[in-house]
Amino acid sequence: MHSIGVVHPQSLRFELSLPLRSGASIGGYTLVYETYGTLNAEASNAVLVCHALNASHHVAGVHDNPQRSEGWWDNLVGPGKPLDTDRFFVIGVNNLGSCFGSTGPMHTNPATGRAYGADFPVVTVEDWVDAQARLIDALGIRQLAAVIGGSLGGMQALAWTLRHSQRVRHCIAVASAPNLSAQNIAFNEVARRAITTDPDFHGGHFYDHGAVPARGLRVARMIGHITYLSDDAMETKFGRELRNGGIGYTTQDIEFQIESYLRHQGDKFSEYFDANTYLLITRALDYFDPASEHGGDLSAAFARARDNRFLIVSFTTDWRFAPARSREIVKALVDNRAAVSYAEIDAPHGHDAFLLDDPRYHAVLRAYFERVALDVGGVQR
Amino acid sequence: MSERRDLELIAELVPPGSRVLDLGCGDGELLAHLGARRGCTGYGVEIADANIPRCVQRGVQVIQLNLEEGLALFGDHSFDVVLQLDTLQHLRNTERMLRETARVGRIGIVSFPNFAHWPNRLSVARGRMPVTKTLPYQWYDTPNIRVGTFADFEVLARRNGLRILDAFGLHDGRAVRRWPNLRASVAVFKFERGQQPG
Repeated sequence: MHSIGVVHPQSLRFELSLPLRSGASIGGYTLVYETYGTLNAEASNAVLVCHALNASHHVAGVHDNPQRSEGWWDNLVGPGKPLDTDRFFVIGVNNLGSCFGSTGPMHTNPATGRAYGADFPVVTVEDWVDAQARLIDALGIRQLAAVIGGSLGGMQALAWTLRHSQRVRHCIAVASAPNLSAQNIAFNEVARRAITTDPDFHGGHFYDHGAVPARGLRVARMIGHITYLSDDAMETKFGRELRNGGIGYTTQDIEFQIESYLRHQGDKFSEYFDANTYLLITRALDYFDPASEHGGDLSAAFARARDNRFLIVSFTTDWRFAPARSREIVKALVDNRAAVSYAEIDAPHGHDAFLLDDPRYHAVLRAYFERVALDVGGVQR
Repeated sequence: MSERRDLELIAELVPPGSRVLDLGCGDGELLAHLGARRGCTGYGVEIADANIPRCVQRGVQVIQLNLEEGLALFGDHSFDVVLQLDTLQHLRNTERMLRETARVGRIGIVSFPNFAHWPNRLSVARGRMPVTKTLPYQWYDTPNIRVGTFADFEVLARRNGLRILDAFGLHDGRAVRRWPNLRASVAVFKFERGQQPG
């Protein structure tokens, strides 16, 4: 098991405008993507990896830059890894509205000649999936062997089976949910308010002012980060540990290590992430609710996906998208007699566990992808 | 191997083409067998982490769940057959589980160690809890928190309005139909919901 090595992002321009769920459309857009492994002659071994809030098309391998930046799911994807690039042709794609190369709010709006900013159309999980389907078309793939994602990426994987059920065989949704709870939306709203009330935000048109609402982004990341970790994980890692060994009786300086950690995460994030993207992606999360078109009946929503095969995975300490949320998905699939397996991994890390390489978690994914390989055939080893 | 024979004897109780729920499905061996030999479909339910990838590898649909939390995931009468093999004796709420089995499936099939098997009786008569092939644990570390007999289950089934369709014992890979309460190390029951609720 080793890394796939240096990988190079590619990009594809789409001139045909994409109708969006909001009723708007986006015409002339670019998607940035990466691929690993080889597409077989039947084009039957393709696996699409969908990213969550702050990740990108750079799923595996390293970039040829001084930092040698590693893909966000490199522990899963590569030669001999659970999603084995010796067997599968793996595709990572950056979603519309993101800030890693695909068309987003920082790019020029052809209608105005200035950066989209707040005028970038609101995109949904379904819109992303439709854009991904066009990329799959362009790559000459009629049907994906599998689509996989964690968290918001898992929602995209689920949406694939609801919108393009004939174009994908297997769906793997990890640490995901059938919709956001009021508490989930509340956390998103705090993050959005932190950004939009930053004086440097300028109503979303901060590019024109040469400004970056970094303060808002920092706070948004801090609150997000709290929800990614379990109480236990935070306690184990930081506890009440003080940064300087003793209490300094200060209200504004850092006292506890956890404060230092969160500030560091916020600082880092504000240097590379786009504020409008953060707003767009959290909204896509809020809006995702496939049951809503069926009077809240999730089982009715999944009726059209009954021929797909599913692996659903949750983590016991994930309180952001708790196991109970994954079980709702499982129940809807069982109600439809769909092929589904469900693993509830007893990992201590909280929501972030989906990015880590817990051996029980990876054993399930490895076993599942072996079945996928058998199922799609034409895969050489 | 007698375990393999036991599995085949129990598989023969499952009508071909059945929709099956196997509670405590282990590594999925029986479901894989039922799928390949009898054209059955369905799910296994299993709690142990190590068994999940084994089931997945076999192509068995497995749902990781603690049976003590009930079967809320499964609708009424959603399966032809619900299997509960060598599982019942590990559960705190045995009776509720039995009722849930009858709610979810048309037919229930259970197996469990028969405590009235004669070597067990002999052991208890000598004043010691039995340690045998079927009950291999010491009394203080056994996962079998329920200890029952072939005859006891008949009473429990009746109490819950279940109609017994077939009942026999298993021992050394053979069905035991004469005096199973005495001669069999394992009890097997096939039942359905009775006419009136229990």
